[in-house]
Amino acid sequence: MASHDSHTGRLPGLFTSPDTSSFTEFLGVYSPELLPGRRAVPVSPVGDEIPHGTTIVAVSFPGGVVMAGDRRATAGNVIAQRDIEKVFRADEFSAIAIAGTAGIGIEMVRLFQVELEHYEKREGRTLSVEGKANRLATMVRQNLAMAMQGLAVVPLFAGYDEERDGGRIFSYDPAGGRYEERDFHSIGSGSVFARGSLKKLYRADLSAEDAALACVQALYDAADDDSATGGPDLTRRIFPVVASVTSDGYRRLGEDEVGALAQAVVDGRYDSPGGPTAPLR
Amino acid sequence: MSMPFYVSPEQQMKDKADYARKGIARGRSVVVLQYDDGILFVADNPSRALHKISEIYDRIAFAAVGKYNEFENLRLGGVRYADINGYQYDRRDVTARGLANVYAQSLGTIFTETNKPYEVELVVAEVGEDAETDQIYRLTFDGSVADEHGYVAMGGQTESVAQALKDGYEEGASLEVALRTAVRALEAQDSDRRLEAKSLEVAVLDRNREHRLFRRLPARRIEELLAAGDGGSGAGSSGSSGGSSAGSAGPSVEDVDDVLGDGED
Repeated sequence: MASHDSHTGRLPGLFTSPDTSSFTEFLGVYSPELLPGRRAVPVSPVGDEIPHGTTIVAVSFPGGVVMAGDRRATAGNVIAQRDIEKVFRADEFSAIAIAGTAGIGIEMVRLFQVELEHYEKREGRTLSVEGKANRLATMVRQNLAMAMQGLAVVPLFAGYDEERDGGRIFSYDPAGGRYEERDFHSIGSGSVFARGSLKKLYRADLSAEDAALACVQALYDAADDDSATGGPDLTRRIFPVVASVTSDGYRRLGEDEVGALAQAVVDGRYDSPGGPTAPLR
Repeated sequence: MSMPFYVSPEQQMKDKADYARKGIARGRSVVVLQYDDGILFVADNPSRALHKISEIYDRIAFAAVGKYNEFENLRLGGVRYADINGYQYDRRDVTARGLANVYAQSLGTIFTETNKPYEVELVVAEVGEDAETDQIYRLTFDGSVADEHGYVAMGGQTESVAQALKDGYEEGASLEVALRTAVRALEAQDSDRRLEAKSLEVAVLDRNREHRLFRRLPARRIEELLAAGDGGSGAGSSGSSGGSSAGSAGPSVEDVDDVLGDGED
């Protein structure tokens, strides 16, 4: 394909077709081999030897949303990485996190980040929260063939909605289905346990700090029962990645802030290994 | 029987260059100058929607004068160039020098190979860790590139604007002082020109910000800065600058130049 007409020195591909503000669409014409969805699909299913990311949680609170992820990647029974990062800044007012095949997920995140920034720079406006969520759904859908061969990636997307002055959470299935979640959500191998935990910890009037604490508690509960989810590692000082999105924008909590939260959660578990208890009546 | 007239290549190039220069001179000016925290871009542009100054990448911005559709096309291509390189390699691998080269190639080819040259002039600027490593490239309609230091003026009446900038520019000036210098310089386009916050498009590449360093200043912030510049160093700058007094000395006629008569239809 004559997409790089460098012999004329004009790089027409950059300045002409396709007439789109979508980076993904442009990439599909200019360098199609760079798009994750355009690659040859493995003929036989891939085993579990490729690293997988595990548990992500998100909790909304009045004025924003908090998202957190543990730091473990597993390949079968082996811990492939103990300090992987799975929660990212998508743009100024949204965050994205991934569970599933780590390599494909991280590539999807990078592409999504450029997609949002590219649109913003070309059009002079940011996409709506729904626009961003829909764009991500398309990218997940393009990975369906890979997912069928065992290379599934599912993101969790959270953004600040200016009109509602609150956070919005969107989850996805491997076929590109997009579902808006109320209050809180969790994805990944430990999500069953994290969601159960959040169900008991969530209050509609959480502060930003308490929402972050609820996330760390939920991740602890996930790590407690799911071998693929890593708990806070106090000896190596490896803590979950926690980020908030509010009207002030995306903010990743500092190592000291998360460290203090993790320490408090672990300390509390010495007295009550099951964590905070909900009133029975 | 008609014979096509022979036109020498020299004459052809000269005609095209004259044509492009005329087109550019009809528009209003843009100035770009360094200040202590980065690079300041100021355009005499009352439009809130059609920008002459834009973000290209983390540390790179773009300013242009001339025909809107032509420089907009270059801007959109520049954003693609930056994003695709940053995606394939790393964000640090996107440079103003690389972008300036792409623009130079494009403009040069358009100038020599097509009948109608682009009527545009561009600045591509990249803010560095300090003023020493800031880079400002100026590109003209024929693809020539100049590496500038300190300040640049482009557009209509550039001689008087550049002269006013030369007189008023100080290295390492604060944002207030730099903005005031820039506005005085733009006011030198006409003898009785007076520019207010709402008829200015102002943006900075601020090296103290994080991640994406480009920021547009809203009209309110421009007003504050101009007021601060007037109060704080007004006496000093009006005393030192002989050349820039022309703009402010004129009668303060509420000058409502027609917004659309910008010369860049």
